[in-house]
Amino acid sequence: MPRPFTTLAAQAAPLQIANIDTDQIIPSREMRSTGKTGLAKGLFAGWRYLPGGDYQPDPNFVLNQPQYNGAQILLGGENFGCGSSREHAVWALDEYGIRAVIAPSFAPIFENNCSRNGLLCVKLPATDINAIKAASCPVHIDLDSQQVSLPDGQAWSFAIDAEVKMMLISGMDAIDLTLQHKAAIADWQSRDAIARAWIYL
Amino acid sequence: MARTLFDKIWDLHTVAELDDRNALIAIDRVFLHERTGAAALNSMAEANRKPIDPARVFCVMDHIVDTRPGRNDQTLMPGGQAFITETRRAALEAGIHLFDVNDPEQGITHVISPEMGIILPGCTLIAPDSHTCTQGAFGALSWGVGSSEAEHAMATGTLRLRRPETMRVTIDGELGEGVSAKDVIIALIADHSAAGGKGKVIEFCGSAVRAMSMEARMTLCNMATEFAAMSAMIAPDKKTFAFLEGRRFAPKGPNWDAAKAHWIDLRSDDGAQYDTEVTLNAEALVPMISWGTSVDAAVPITGHVPIEADSAMLDYMALSSGQELVGIPVDAAFIGSCTNARLSDLRRAARILDGRRVAPRTTAICVPGSSSVKRAAEAEGLDQIFIKSGFEWRESGCSMCFFAGGESFAEGSRVISSTNRNFRNRQGVAVKTHITSPEVVAASAIAGAIADHRELG
Repeated sequence: MPRPFTTLAAQAAPLQIANIDTDQIIPSREMRSTGKTGLAKGLFAGWRYLPGGDYQPDPNFVLNQPQYNGAQILLGGENFGCGSSREHAVWALDEYGIRAVIAPSFAPIFENNCSRNGLLCVKLPATDINAIKAASCPVHIDLDSQQVSLPDGQAWSFAIDAEVKMMLISGMDAIDLTLQHKAAIADWQSRDAIARAWIYL
Repeated sequence: MARTLFDKIWDLHTVAELDDRNALIAIDRVFLHERTGAAALNSMAEANRKPIDPARVFCVMDHIVDTRPGRNDQTLMPGGQAFITETRRAALEAGIHLFDVNDPEQGITHVISPEMGIILPGCTLIAPDSHTCTQGAFGALSWGVGSSEAEHAMATGTLRLRRPETMRVTIDGELGEGVSAKDVIIALIADHSAAGGKGKVIEFCGSAVRAMSMEARMTLCNMATEFAAMSAMIAPDKKTFAFLEGRRFAPKGPNWDAAKAHWIDLRSDDGAQYDTEVTLNAEALVPMISWGTSVDAAVPITGHVPIEADSAMLDYMALSSGQELVGIPVDAAFIGSCTNARLSDLRRAARILDGRRVAPRTTAICVPGSSSVKRAAEAEGLDQIFIKSGFEWRESGCSMCFFAGGESFAEGSRVISSTNRNFRNRQGVAVKTHITSPEVVAASAIAGAIADHRELG
């Protein structure tokens, strides 16, 4: 079950590059587990470590800089999380400790994978994200009031799908929630099995 | 009210409205593969859940399995074997359909699903693979999801979905000689950016789309995910029905007639409204090639790297702004993937390779999209053309479309590829990928440098 997401106050690491794909978030070669864990080490592996393959941190990469130690928010660019559907990208972010990504737009599969794992995707215009970066101080996110704010009083509202918001705040398991509709599903299927018999193998 | 093809499929599959925008949508088919199959099936089993209808769940070994001749469960990817054996065990336990490593029907998910009539017009299909949009070519709602959603669909027969917006892309006119569906989709993304599809469902319409074969339509829909779309679809027609008739899981006898009667209505009504409209003139399109590390960083094959090109991309690709694409030396050529490794793709490449030799210092590899494609190609002698020209001829799989830690192109090498992604390190450490059509890959392999196949005659 995903952790509920209500509020978060944390450092935000800027990674404002357009089209950061899930191959960058976790390269295929780092997906060594047949399960959902053991992935944090592979997060941004191509950027986070020096060449040589022995996982020596690259001091130039944002998450390796002391001021972003313990960052739980990423500031991203347009179309964040594009490419492969690998949910490992979200599992790796989660295991590393990232709880929210703020970006102008997200790739649809990535955004959905985040909401299923208790990670919040906040959509804000690039100019607002630049202001957050410039302030360089802890960022506060309140999901209930749909607001991102800074200690100096600057604040931005964001839109979020009502269903996604409900799922994140409750931390409910999507399957359990859907199984409340078990009777409706069975009913739909029995009608459909007559209307489209060829679907049922 | 006039409805789009998408509206009709959505409405038919709506089990319950969750709020004014979200609905519980019935999922007709789930397709798993060995990279995430074990994770999804094991996680379900741990929660004491089972697929509610295992007969409508399919699984294939395509992502990690080796493509070297004589392959077995062992992989060049370190630890890859566990993905295969774990997925096999979990699939057998769950009682779902499994197309194993050396099954005659094995191949890339989006190639074998149509080959076996698993995808059907009007159906909903999901797979934990972003290129599942390929199968929308059959007039279905088919899209890529994460593992959690695959579990959800197997456990409940549904997904909780926000109704996406729609986009109609109308492509009228006739494509020029040597211009293919791959060029159309790359041109669309280059024109409207890699974020241009913004989670929408695209319907491809127009005379150029109607004129395309089913294989070309699959190539067109395949890269909707590179456009940030949820998926793409094409209204089914006589070509769609002819392709599917008699396939293993396609309806038979009276069921076929009933299905066809239903499918005939699967088209957008006159006057149906889309949230966005885009048009492309097929006559104006030319062969395309990417120069950068995002799919929208692409230009006509006869073109140049843009003057105002992103400097980080230029550094990675070792190119300079304004540089001509044709003539840039390539170290390797790859024909494969769910985008361009079907029989018609191999035929078009073979026509260029026939009687010619791959340049001496260029590695060239062909990986058929499925074991069936491989057999069909061999039956008409295409394998011999590839092999005589200097191409390696492989077993089917996703193969070197991405680097999973095992086999890859040499570090830093420049690869011309019929695949769908030119991301950094996608095909190997520091590998510089140029994505393009199989024709351009074949011509470039011969030249040992990026080449326009139309110049070869």
